[in-house]
Amino acid sequence: MTAKLSIRDLSFTYADGAQALQHINMEIFANELFVLFGPSRAGKTTLLRLINRLADLLDGVQRSGEILFNDQDVYNPNLDVTYLRRRIGMVFAVPTPLPGSIYANLAYGLEMAGIKDRRIIDERVERSLRQAALWDEVKDRLQDSAFALSGGQKQRMCLARSLVLEPDVILLDNPTSGLDPISTALVEESLFELKQQYTIIMVPHSVQQASRVADRAAFLLNGEVVEIGSQQRIFIHPRDKRTEDYVTGRFG
Amino acid sequence: MSTLDEAPAAWQEQQPSGAPAAKRNWRETIIETVIRLCGISAVVIITLIFLFLLKEGAPAFMQVPIRDLLGVRWYPIEDMFGLLPLLVGSLLVTIGAVVIAVPLGLTTAVYLGEFAPPWLREILKPVIEVLAGIPSIVLGFLGWVALAPLIQAAGAATGLTAFTGAIILAYMALPTIISITEDALYAVPKEYRDGALALGATQWQTIWRVVLPAARSGIVIAVMLGVGRAIGETMAVMLVTGNAANIPAFGLGAWFQPVRTMTATIAAEMGEVAQGSLHYSVLFAIGIVLFLITFAFNSLATRFIGGRSRRRGGQI
Repeated sequence: MTAKLSIRDLSFTYADGAQALQHINMEIFANELFVLFGPSRAGKTTLLRLINRLADLLDGVQRSGEILFNDQDVYNPNLDVTYLRRRIGMVFAVPTPLPGSIYANLAYGLEMAGIKDRRIIDERVERSLRQAALWDEVKDRLQDSAFALSGGQKQRMCLARSLVLEPDVILLDNPTSGLDPISTALVEESLFELKQQYTIIMVPHSVQQASRVADRAAFLLNGEVVEIGSQQRIFIHPRDKRTEDYVTGRFG
Repeated sequence: MSTLDEAPAAWQEQQPSGAPAAKRNWRETIIETVIRLCGISAVVIITLIFLFLLKEGAPAFMQVPIRDLLGVRWYPIEDMFGLLPLLVGSLLVTIGAVVIAVPLGLTTAVYLGEFAPPWLREILKPVIEVLAGIPSIVLGFLGWVALAPLIQAAGAATGLTAFTGAIILAYMALPTIISITEDALYAVPKEYRDGALALGATQWQTIWRVVLPAARSGIVIAVMLGVGRAIGETMAVMLVTGNAANIPAFGLGAWFQPVRTMTATIAAEMGEVAQGSLHYSVLFAIGIVLFLITFAFNSLATRFIGGRSRRRGGQI
């Protein structure tokens, strides 16, 4: 099986000299839900933002190593970064509705990609809202401001917004932070559906969530990978003492 | 509700011994009154200004028929007080200034805030702010010596035209527009940019569709303050617009003929009229018209800001 994403010897240092990632190596396969977990400042978000090149916006950073997406280096200067970001969608910890209606938020990515046919846009908007388990709640008020949604609805709208582009990989940076248990369960449920079609890399809200949703997981600590393995291996029979301490709640 | 007497002993001890409750309340009342007076004084002063304008200008509306005030001839010596040429002059100069300053100011701010490398921004921003400090009369002087000959050379009958005034006013409004717009762009949360970029928007698409709409109320304030400075400006405009109180021929060519603005008329003639004369009160009537125009302009802009961004609906 070839890897959807392979990360090879990736190191990353911020402008202030803080080393966020050190010699990261990992492979992520198609249609799996891969979880990156660990205490804060482990480098999880940094790693996600390097995969879709959102970290490009920072000045004065240092990066070495490579990230291959479908065997292509994402940092290849000839690669169209907007195309990359359409193939690798992202949902943030804090839901980020853009100014405008719910419908406008969903249609935005498609319009940016140059799709003008209203029928195609309408159809994809509906499908991705259904995939994100939000359609029934908003179908009668698609023209309302996206800011009028509740926190959980905003987060699911952001998920739908990245699905509308039919990406290959979805990066989820703590998509259930600040959500109530019911909304969290809704999001987690939709993840199981989504991985039939997409490859998902997720930073979870907690160790418990990580063990609930993961197919495979990587435990990160201070910018280094401690252990990578299947859900069983990481959460039931961890080999590294630090992984065991963290998943059993002895620190973190 | 428990009264002070019933409050626990420990809580009572926390009160400073020199300031019993009654005295503290009294102090609160004084502070509150002072703050309230400050707040009301702004309204009172504006009302007084308007009443004063009305008192001095009202005779004009009583003695000169409205039809004459709307006339096209401004010959005060012959008791012809048609305000239309002045109104048209002011409009031409202001509209010209807005048309030049707003696009130029917004694009400069977008460039500064979004595209310029940090080192260039650090040079440009202070330079633009210095531009705001140049006395308006110096800009007017510049228009007289440098700009007017250019415009005449370009084919206008004279270099002192509405267009010359509009350019000078635009440059007067620019620093304010640029500086405040740039601040508004900077205040747009980083999450908006991330959200749009992560959807595969280009930098320009992100700015046009997300950052600018999000910064809209700040941008409207920037334009209001900038244009506000331009509308009220007198001396520089007086210097470069030629001061001919006639209505220019209709069409685009109107901008390349001399005009006279309302402000310039008041400034130029106020020193020469007899106090209490009809001419004197007509000048105040011009002030009233100006006041009403800026008032209407400001309320329109405030409504525009208050339009969508302030409204919060739905659930929390």
